[in-house]
Amino acid sequence: MLDKNEVKHIANLARIGITEKEMDKFSHDLSSILDWIAQLEEVDVTGVLPTAHITGMSNNSREDSVSDFAEKEKIVALFPESRNGYDKVKSVL
Amino acid sequence: MIRELHNKLINKEITSVDLTQQYFDVIEKKDKDIFAYLTLTKELALEQAKKVDAKIARGEKIELLEGIPGAIKDNLCIAGVRTTASSKILDNYIAPYDATVIEKLKEVGAVFLGKTNLDEFAMGSSTENSAYGVTKNPHDLTRVSGGSSGGSAAAVATGEAVWALGTDTGGSIREPASFCGLVGLKPTYGRVSRYGAIAMASSLDQIGPLTKTVEDAAIVLSVIAGQDKMDATSAHSSGKDYTKYLTGEVQGLRIGIVKEYIDGLGEKEKKAILEVIKTYKKLGAEVVEIELPYSKYSLATYYIIQPCEVSSNLARYDGIKYGLSINDEKESGLAENGMPKKLLETYLDSRHYGFGKELQRRIMLGTYALSSGYYDAYYLKAQKVRTLIKKDFEKAFEKVDLILAPTAPTPAFKIGEKTEDPLQMYLADMFSITANITGVPAISVPGPEVEVDGKKLPFGFQLMGKWFDEENVLRAAHAYEINK
Repeated sequence: MLDKNEVKHIANLARIGITEKEMDKFSHDLSSILDWIAQLEEVDVTGVLPTAHITGMSNNSREDSVSDFAEKEKIVALFPESRNGYDKVKSVL
Repeated sequence: MIRELHNKLINKEITSVDLTQQYFDVIEKKDKDIFAYLTLTKELALEQAKKVDAKIARGEKIELLEGIPGAIKDNLCIAGVRTTASSKILDNYIAPYDATVIEKLKEVGAVFLGKTNLDEFAMGSSTENSAYGVTKNPHDLTRVSGGSSGGSAAAVATGEAVWALGTDTGGSIREPASFCGLVGLKPTYGRVSRYGAIAMASSLDQIGPLTKTVEDAAIVLSVIAGQDKMDATSAHSSGKDYTKYLTGEVQGLRIGIVKEYIDGLGEKEKKAILEVIKTYKKLGAEVVEIELPYSKYSLATYYIIQPCEVSSNLARYDGIKYGLSINDEKESGLAENGMPKKLLETYLDSRHYGFGKELQRRIMLGTYALSSGYYDAYYLKAQKVRTLIKKDFEKAFEKVDLILAPTAPTPAFKIGEKTEDPLQMYLADMFSITANITGVPAISVPGPEVEVDGKKLPFGFQLMGKWFDEENVLRAAHAYEINK
């Protein structure tokens, strides 16, 4: 069972603001999903390698070269706040 | 259906502009009740159609899909078109580039009617998680169209599009196809480039078609398949024309069935699946019982891997780079102490108001499973169980060419029936999810209808094939379709 403090901690790690009222519902929902996925505990995976890529192919790489994106202004237009073609980020200090 | 319309175009019985306009007329008449579309791209569609008509007038050869109008799920980017993923967080997002599938479809002159509704970021099985409203099932307006590609499915089933693209991470093409009486194909992981598909769970996501016939699905797949330098996980190009494999026969093909899958169904659904099996036997396929002992863990494995990848992929929506940004300088009271207030408040507020509850649930679940001290118990464990499930399939495919299963446990359920309990909703994907966990190609084909509350509803069955063997999947689906 995830208690309210744990839910608060996870929400903060996930950078999702949640209200006091929502905490109860999340605590209930997340706990019941976690209880249900706990069924994997019964599977013995000794010596089993994890699957990272399902068809087992290796990366299809391309040359790491700089190419110009033709429609920069369309990206700039998506910035919530921009200045001189740059995305304005809030102070982090 | 596509070939028929293609013939009409080249025989000059109809123009692409007229055909496109006809589809917009149907949309105008019917979409108020169905709500398949979020955005219509009429200007773009007519411009595309005009080019095709000019080509035909000049006597030039056109491709099968050229001039044929289709619908695009709203988590696939079309340059210059609003692309929301049915989320408030992308409400104002105008895609600055084309997804690779869109680029390929543009190259062959396909026409885009608009963008279709989905569960927010493709998470859900009914479109009830869309921030813009639920897409209703054309066969019964009190029922869901399925999800997450419910808008694409309802559009094709209603006659609001000839074909549509969807995405499938746990059944999101196949379950709505089953609910709406369509063919829905999830190709092998890597068969189709994911570049320009709004990322959800990157080790599971695939793009594929929803269509009225198997041949239509084969036509669309032939266009969108192939390796792409923009997607490092895309597989070597097949360069195949998949319509060539639709021979109409399945003589000698070995089809595996899993007893527990069929025994676990309701009586009517079981009868429908047994009827399908009978048809295949009659057509000369060999039906073999197989065992997939670890597949029962697929759903639980999925609900670890998927939320983890979601929490990582969706971290980019932070109110700083693009999308919804709550930057009102007001203290919302949501921020904890210990970080520069204004930055943290923008993150917390934007993600609080921008994401729906199901998304927040999954992001938090993934964040928890990946947080310090839990990684081995959850994500790593799930990736190991994934290996075991894959081995089950490898073993089964030594004995059989295809695996036949239900697509979903039931026909379309009622709107509101499963929204209160997330776990109940997750169970709708219990049969479809295994193909994503293992990466194999899978198709949902309309089987015998199933009666619910005195009403006959579509019910699909599923064929899963060997990795990159879309040929046999389509061939067997087609043989059933024309012989049922």
